[in-house]
Amino acid sequence: MSPLNIKQGTSRKSAYDLKDPNADVIETHTLAVIVTNEAGVLARVIGLFSGRGYNIDSLTVAEIDHEGHRSRITVVTTGTPEVIQQIKAQLGRMVPVHDVHDLTEEGPSVERELALFKVAGSGDKRIEMLRLAEIFRANVVDSTLESFIFEMTGTSEKIDAFADLMHPLGLVEVARTGVAALARGTT
Amino acid sequence: MTRQMTGAEMVVQALIDQGVDTIFGYPGGAALPIYDELFQQEKIKHILVRHEQGAAHAAEGYARSTGKPGVVLVTSGPGATNTVTGLTDALLDSVPIIVLSAQVPTFMIGTDAFQEADTIGITRPCTKHNYLVKDTDKLAGVLHEAFHVATNGRPGPVLIDIPKDVQFAKGKYTEKNKASTGHYAPKLKGDIDAITDLVKLMETAKRPIIYSGGGVINSGDSATALLRDLVKETNFPITSTLMGLGAFPASGDQWMGMLGMHGLYEANMAMHGCDLMINIGARFDDRITGRIDAFSPKSKKAHIDIDPSSINKVIHVDVPIIGDVAHVLEDMLRVWKSRGRKTNADGLAKWWSQIEDWRAVRCLSYKNSEKVIKPQYALQRLEALTKGRKDRYITTEVGQHQMWAAQYLGFEDPNRWMTSGGLGTMGYGCPASIGVQVAHPDALVINVAGEASWLMNMQEMGTARQYDLPVKQFILNNERLGMVRQWQDLLHGNRYSQSWSEALPDFMLLAQAFGAKGITCADPSDLDDAIMEMLKHDGPVVFDCLVEKHENCYPMIPSGAPHNEMLMGDAGVADAIGTTGAVLV
Repeated sequence: MSPLNIKQGTSRKSAYDLKDPNADVIETHTLAVIVTNEAGVLARVIGLFSGRGYNIDSLTVAEIDHEGHRSRITVVTTGTPEVIQQIKAQLGRMVPVHDVHDLTEEGPSVERELALFKVAGSGDKRIEMLRLAEIFRANVVDSTLESFIFEMTGTSEKIDAFADLMHPLGLVEVARTGVAALARGTT
Repeated sequence: MTRQMTGAEMVVQALIDQGVDTIFGYPGGAALPIYDELFQQEKIKHILVRHEQGAAHAAEGYARSTGKPGVVLVTSGPGATNTVTGLTDALLDSVPIIVLSAQVPTFMIGTDAFQEADTIGITRPCTKHNYLVKDTDKLAGVLHEAFHVATNGRPGPVLIDIPKDVQFAKGKYTEKNKASTGHYAPKLKGDIDAITDLVKLMETAKRPIIYSGGGVINSGDSATALLRDLVKETNFPITSTLMGLGAFPASGDQWMGMLGMHGLYEANMAMHGCDLMINIGARFDDRITGRIDAFSPKSKKAHIDIDPSSINKVIHVDVPIIGDVAHVLEDMLRVWKSRGRKTNADGLAKWWSQIEDWRAVRCLSYKNSEKVIKPQYALQRLEALTKGRKDRYITTEVGQHQMWAAQYLGFEDPNRWMTSGGLGTMGYGCPASIGVQVAHPDALVINVAGEASWLMNMQEMGTARQYDLPVKQFILNNERLGMVRQWQDLLHGNRYSQSWSEALPDFMLLAQAFGAKGITCADPSDLDDAIMEMLKHDGPVVFDCLVEKHENCYPMIPSGAPHNEMLMGDAGVADAIGTTGAVLV
């Protein structure tokens, strides 16, 4: 024991277990990440999220500027404000990343997702499906005598709501693109 | 005029254009075209290592002792995977190295070809950036870009994977000044408002402390000079991380020694009690902070770092300044001087007197012995017998000996201390010493080692022999994994699970086998002569220093404790002062 009578670690807590992520406010942010469209760039971004334990709620990626070799990755992520800040800083320092925009923080933005729903059923259920589809402005893009495929664009919440309604009517499968988002305004 | 050349020629040409004169490597099938080019030129010296991990650590030693990037050349598959530890080490310690790995031909990628590995996939998380070049026309541009990325911003390792057919094919050589590097341009200048905020805090702080890190050394000689200027002008106490040793001279009046888990009592107490903490190029590593919610609770904290992701990663800071250390310090000093060079003189005087009380504890004292060599004593003697040599370079392995070396050796200049800090890579020191000696052929290069770590990469003694590198392997042999044993001692009821070597080699014979000189010493009274014999020998030496087997490394902040709850040496303060033979620091 120390001659200075300093007690050994008065707390059993270690630096590793002090942070309880559930104790803090969890926020959802939509990030737009502009990257060089080169081989492996998506793996790099995803690897950052998995390697450092960040969440991905939704992810979309496509080339947006063929000549400039630019792609836009839209990530919806959740975490404490500190974690969101870290995610942006970690993304920002990657060599192929040109820009990171936090659309949630930078002002009003528009978010849309496209989804396809396959719903199977007959009789009254078919009529109910079409009625709901009309209310939600979903289009029929395929039909058999026992099924429809609806196409719908909207916010993630709207797509969730439509899926919930279709469920008892015979929802078979859903395909969603994930969120694409743009800031409102001129720039 | 564009020059046409093969990919292999481009590799050599780009290295020459980047000012590279030495590379570390190991050949293999997929790398043969590049090796053939190396054979036909004389501008680049190739150091043949004995294991690719050794090449990576040697390049790290080279880079850290020169400030220039280290370059590695390896073959595909196992050649590349063997560099992974070195790449990760360089990533965590921000060391600029370039690894050129050969790859199977592009048309065989994905077929599980002989010696094929997904090198890019494997090394993606352990490099700052990596490239797979599938087109010879793009190879030279990528090579130049890689040097730019490795050495700009926060330095780090970059890997370029070059398929064999790309090495054979002809293409256009992109000249160095034509390569695209513009899109990677980290900010160098700090925000002047934030710098002014920091200066205002400096003017009134009663208990300031400067906590500097490896970022100062990475920023270059001007950063070191500015840091010294800042400390001299303000008379603020300064402590440093393991990576930052040497940026401020250990003989300086304001020097408090290293901080952190095995840092000095006065440094940790001052960190805990300060009212202004100025972090310059360090990253609040967990070995530094200890328990986070009790870390320096009453201070305003400023953080200067070139990497925005370092800010608020672990510790929330009040004044974040993103920029290069040298640029920020220059502005900071200018603003401080223009505002009248103010500090809180009364507060500082009291602070220094408090610090003197902490220093008087003499936290590094230990109970010496006349019968057995204490590891601390061995390092004190090594320090005493090599002190004042400007050309002394120290590398270390990882463990107790590393912490003792950081505590007992004093560094007067930057780039003299090469150790694996972030990753804690056992087996780093021996190859790193090779890299340092290659860069400084006439210097005194000593690897302070533990016997267990040293055995992990001792094959590099063959490299030392081949190139007449007079590296001194100073092994503190306690026949234990000392740090593991210490933790088992403190935390696991003395159950020494697997931390004990029962079948160690005869280090004298081992030295002989490698064509090096072997020296063994077990008696404290012989130690000085033995060390002098090592220093005088013009050639590689393996020094087997048989030390106390059960010594623990103190002071120590136990895992999960704050800075003011240190475990002190079991020697006891009053006791140690009265003991004959006790050597106090």
